Amino acid sequence: MITREEFRTIAGNGIWKQNTSIAQILGLCPLLAVTTNAVNGIMLSLATIIVMALSNVAVASLRNLIPHEIRIPVFILIVAALVTVIDLLFNANLHELYLVLGIFIPLIVTNCIVLARVEAFAAKNPPLQSTFDGVFMGVGMLWTLALLGAMRELLGNGTVLGGIDMVFPNMQPIQLLPESYPGFLLALLPPGAFILLGCMIAWKNWMDAKAAERARLKPPAPVASAGCH
Amino acid sequence: MFAPAPFLLKDTSVSQVMTQVCIALVPGIAAYAWLVGPAILVQLVIASLAALIAETAMLHIQKKPLAMFLSDGSAIVTAWLIALTFPPLAPWWLVATGTVFAIVVAKHLYGGLGQNPFNPAMVAFAICIVSFPALMSQWPSVGLQLPLVDQLNVILGLAPRVDALSGATPLDAMKTALKLGEGSQDVAALLANQDIYGNFAGRGWEWVAFGYLIGGLWMWQRKLITWHVPLAFIASLVAISGALWLLNPAQFASPLFHLLSGGAMLGAFFIATDPVSGCTTPRGKLIFGAGAGLLAYIIRVFGGYPDGVAFAVLLMNLCAPVIDLLTQPKIFGMKDAGKGDRP
Repeated sequence: MITREEFRTIAGNGIWKQNTSIAQILGLCPLLAVTTNAVNGIMLSLATIIVMALSNVAVASLRNLIPHEIRIPVFILIVAALVTVIDLLFNANLHELYLVLGIFIPLIVTNCIVLARVEAFAAKNPPLQSTFDGVFMGVGMLWTLALLGAMRELLGNGTVLGGIDMVFPNMQPIQLLPESYPGFLLALLPPGAFILLGCMIAWKNWMDAKAAERARLKPPAPVASAGCH
Repeated sequence: MFAPAPFLLKDTSVSQVMTQVCIALVPGIAAYAWLVGPAILVQLVIASLAALIAETAMLHIQKKPLAMFLSDGSAIVTAWLIALTFPPLAPWWLVATGTVFAIVVAKHLYGGLGQNPFNPAMVAFAICIVSFPALMSQWPSVGLQLPLVDQLNVILGLAPRVDALSGATPLDAMKTALKLGEGSQDVAALLANQDIYGNFAGRGWEWVAFGYLIGGLWMWQRKLITWHVPLAFIASLVAISGALWLLNPAQFASPLFHLLSGGAMLGAFFIATDPVSGCTTPRGKLIFGAGAGLLAYIIRVFGGYPDGVAFAVLLMNLCAPVIDLLTQPKIFGMKDAGKGDRP
């Protein structure tokens, strides 16, 4: 079973502390390519979450049976099988979105985030913890990709939730900025994604530094006030 | 600014250098305002304000001393170069966006004054021409004599942007005409018949280029820049354009046309000579200038953008560290160049 403490650590690592996109800086290729709007980022993240949760639970269940020497090929086979399922599901049910995301769904196989979690976590931990790890790592990826996608499409087009009609046909993108907004094309191009991702990483580091500062000041140390300036 | 030995101590501060660069820009700006329209003065003010605000904000965030860095004038030089390379009737936010991007991203995120690997003004130009290609290609048509108030209204977006206000640059017009003509148009006829061309290059613009040349020569005379970069830039531009012009004068414009068109003069004297993002060794400066001139010609004649100087300078900025490393001057008493300081 899983303790409350373990669960909190796994969730905290996935969502913030070891966030795949802004702490581990993994999976930049899909990040740059699909986050031209929030919906694409969210849908690719959802696909990745499903793959990661299932592959983590599969690997964790089989971890004592897989020979150590050939573990990577076995992991890849498991991940590839799951990705094929997801790929076919997207193709059948969300065909328009499938065309937009294109090669990046099959490429989840080679996504270093998936393999990294399988190798670093699922191969060493029980199935339940591994499942949560896969889900929360994916949730971390989800909110960063959604935020990045939302910022990029807002700057680039002045809309939010562009492409939502591909998932829910009766919904329309919302035009947030006035119609006359000229559109900052750079934000939609890969360099714009790099610059905004850099800003997000800087923001995370800044938040962490502030938290560390608070933690340092919190215990009232009697000698702290004697510091010279 | 680091250069190889000998080091001579000279009592010049950054702010003195920047003030003199601004003075050197004055002949070009005067010709620009006189021949093309006073809108450029408005753009200079907008760019300067945007630069100062962005600079203040970035210094404040980094807790650096405001007075010292604001008065060094480097932000103003960047702002003026941006205003001079953007279309004079561009909307105010375009110039402001470019300037803020140059100061915040291209300058301060790389560490501030003296640390930027790319020329901030050219980063602004590249960013804006990639993001807003239509607005960045609208240059006022020749002989457009709008009163200052009307120009101001266009810049501030109070008056509609009508087509008559905008045309291609002389360089762009020539490239398009030659491409569409597919051999039926020749350069001499275009120069003679089209209204936008003057004696040597674009009407009006050719004299602005002369203004930059005068300012550049003055900077060289004051030892603010060395002769290497401008001479190499001009020589390589003349060499490649001259060679193609001699081969086929009907399809390629003369070297003089290329020297006095677009950003060639401004680039040769004011942009490629940037001491921070350029090369520092004498031989490196020659290679840097020659490379920038060659790339500028290739991009402006064969590429899709109206002018190539900005991209050429940025590409050479990218090469500058390697060029510097490979062109270390001979150390006194050593046989091989530059081996002394490397393990």
